[in-house]
Amino acid sequence: MTCARRLLAVALLCGAAAAVAAPFKVLLLERADDPQLERSALERAYLGHRGGPAFDGLDVALKEAKFELDAAGTSVALERAAVADAAAARDAAARAQKAGHAAIVADLPADWLLAAADATALPLLNVSEAADRLRERDCRARVLHLLPSERMRADALAQTLVARRWTQVLLLTGPGEFDAERAAVAQSALKRYGLKLVQTKPFKLSADPRERDLANPALLTGTASVGNYDAVWVVDSDGEFARSLPYRTALPRPVVGDAGLVALAWQAQFERFGAPQVSRRFAKAAGRPMVATDWAAWMAGKAIAAAAVAGPKGPAAALAKALPTLELDGSKGTPMGFRAWDGQLRQPMLLTDGQGVIALAPADGVLHPKNNLDTLGADAPEKLCKPKP
Amino acid sequence: MQHLIVRAALCVALAGAGPVLADGIALVSSEKDHALTVIDLKTLAVTGTVPTCKRPRHMQPTPDGKQLLVACGESNAADVIDLATRKSVRRLPLGDDPEAFDLSPDGKTLYVTNEDEGELSMIDIASGKVLRKVTVGKEPEGVKVSPDGKTVWVTSEVANLVHVIDAASGKLEKNVKVGKRPRRFALTPDGAQLWVTNELSASVSVLSTKDYAVIDTLQFQVKGMRDTDITPVGITMTRDGKRAFVALGRANHVAFVDVAARKVSDLVLVGKRAWHVALDKAEARLFVCNGLSDDLTVIDVAGAKALKTLPVGRVPYMAVLIE
Repeated sequence: MTCARRLLAVALLCGAAAAVAAPFKVLLLERADDPQLERSALERAYLGHRGGPAFDGLDVALKEAKFELDAAGTSVALERAAVADAAAARDAAARAQKAGHAAIVADLPADWLLAAADATALPLLNVSEAADRLRERDCRARVLHLLPSERMRADALAQTLVARRWTQVLLLTGPGEFDAERAAVAQSALKRYGLKLVQTKPFKLSADPRERDLANPALLTGTASVGNYDAVWVVDSDGEFARSLPYRTALPRPVVGDAGLVALAWQAQFERFGAPQVSRRFAKAAGRPMVATDWAAWMAGKAIAAAAVAGPKGPAAALAKALPTLELDGSKGTPMGFRAWDGQLRQPMLLTDGQGVIALAPADGVLHPKNNLDTLGADAPEKLCKPKP
Repeated sequence: MQHLIVRAALCVALAGAGPVLADGIALVSSEKDHALTVIDLKTLAVTGTVPTCKRPRHMQPTPDGKQLLVACGESNAADVIDLATRKSVRRLPLGDDPEAFDLSPDGKTLYVTNEDEGELSMIDIASGKVLRKVTVGKEPEGVKVSPDGKTVWVTSEVANLVHVIDAASGKLEKNVKVGKRPRRFALTPDGAQLWVTNELSASVSVLSTKDYAVIDTLQFQVKGMRDTDITPVGITMTRDGKRAFVALGRANHVAFVDVAARKVSDLVLVGKRAWHVALDKAEARLFVCNGLSDDLTVIDVAGAKALKTLPVGRVPYMAVLIE
């Protein structure tokens, strides 16, 4: 067992309320030495990348819920544990269940998250993994996803392109581990919204003159090879190439996807629906701007607090029961709930250039028979998630 | 003979000032202009602006009607505007990010919600001193003082609670669970019922001020719209307490509500994200601020019809009528 275990109990106990039930214990499972949280990665601050640990958002949410929890005579105690691999994640999840925890918040890569989910009957809240497979072929009944899926991001972007009538799209795909899969998700979104894929090309970060066709933005986007296009959609999980692409295309066209205009769960400059207060509270507590994964962690904290308020006297299982049925306010202007078919939190998406919010998705005029938010991501009739019990 | 002419002239002058459309102005605070837009109530035309502190939101005249207090979110203060000269005469510090406030019946104390801190501050207007701070749920918004001045009600948008606070001691006496994202209050004239708008529940919670039981929840519906598109915020009531008016936010309508029956009698289409409602003194016209279309709709109350929509400043927050 290589699990380095840090324990930090945040007791949100009430001074005034008379009879307080035993606190709901929640475990935050984190990846030890997470490469996404290395200083160099945080300093680059690419759009859609991490801004810091999930703990920050969770902690803010639980602290600001204190009043509501107090009023209901209940409390939530947060512990955190860092794990070094999937096996350690599995062990930590099993231990949490034995120790009487009520829920697990997972800030883990997909495979580690699945290992943890399969080792426990506790609800598991995913705050940082966007992989569609966790909502589709590898979905699990008790896993709830606070962060939008890759497909939700792609749908939001495709809707925005339709709204702008930027219909001819050039797709550039990187060599990263998940880039091919993410590019396929982007292509499906283009198809769903009737956009035209002009061409798809791989790119590579390289200064080697022999590879310039793969690495030079002007050549990659030159009209001689690709003709005309309205926008360049770049899929680049690493982020360095994407970051360098805007203003370097052969034609004066916008870049979208992983740089330029990006679809995210949150952006710190969002001005509406009380969002500035949320961003400000977070920045005050964490000393940095609130990014999408912070919002997801914050929402996990809000969901846990709301579930605790729904069944304040316990037992721990009451929390698991309440979670999937919640209607949550995430300061995005509309109540949000978890999709019954895959556990994904339905939510509006923000289209941002990193300086502000340019547009919201679902875009105006994109409709759905039941809930317009369900135009983003996998919908019920597709039956893509057949959960293991 | 001369006498008669003078008298006739007087009569004409009086008739000109006639009672139907009272003289006066509406002042509309605009969050992004740092100014109030002045509207002539007779012509319903914009006649000018009054500069204020930064991000003006809630406004309220002092009980003597001589001054207007304007809370400014970014200036952490209220501008005290002399209504005769329409000039700022003083700044009153209100703490971090003040949003809404109310005054004690004697006009001496100001109760303001500080959104960021999650506090209610009680401020002595004459000295500008903070008398007391009460910690409440995060993002407190609506604040209302009971007519006897003994109780202050505050909504917390995050905690989904109405806080009942003793004005003298600052003691938090009760937290009442209402709908999602509670916003503003209206009190029936007999003081028995407190109405609270729930922005994310498409509803109004009706509380008894006796024991703070939730007597009823009034759910709004607009044909062709989903519940999530109905986001009630602003609310006001007629002096006789028979009718309430609720701005339905994103539903772009104002609901007229029969208070006794707790039923919607009319829905009037206005601008985008109808946000705040204010009645004129005669209760003949309703002034609705539309936050997302930067305009104000004037509704004829008797006919339940929009008379006119006029452009005001950027992101209008509320209107105050000075008659």
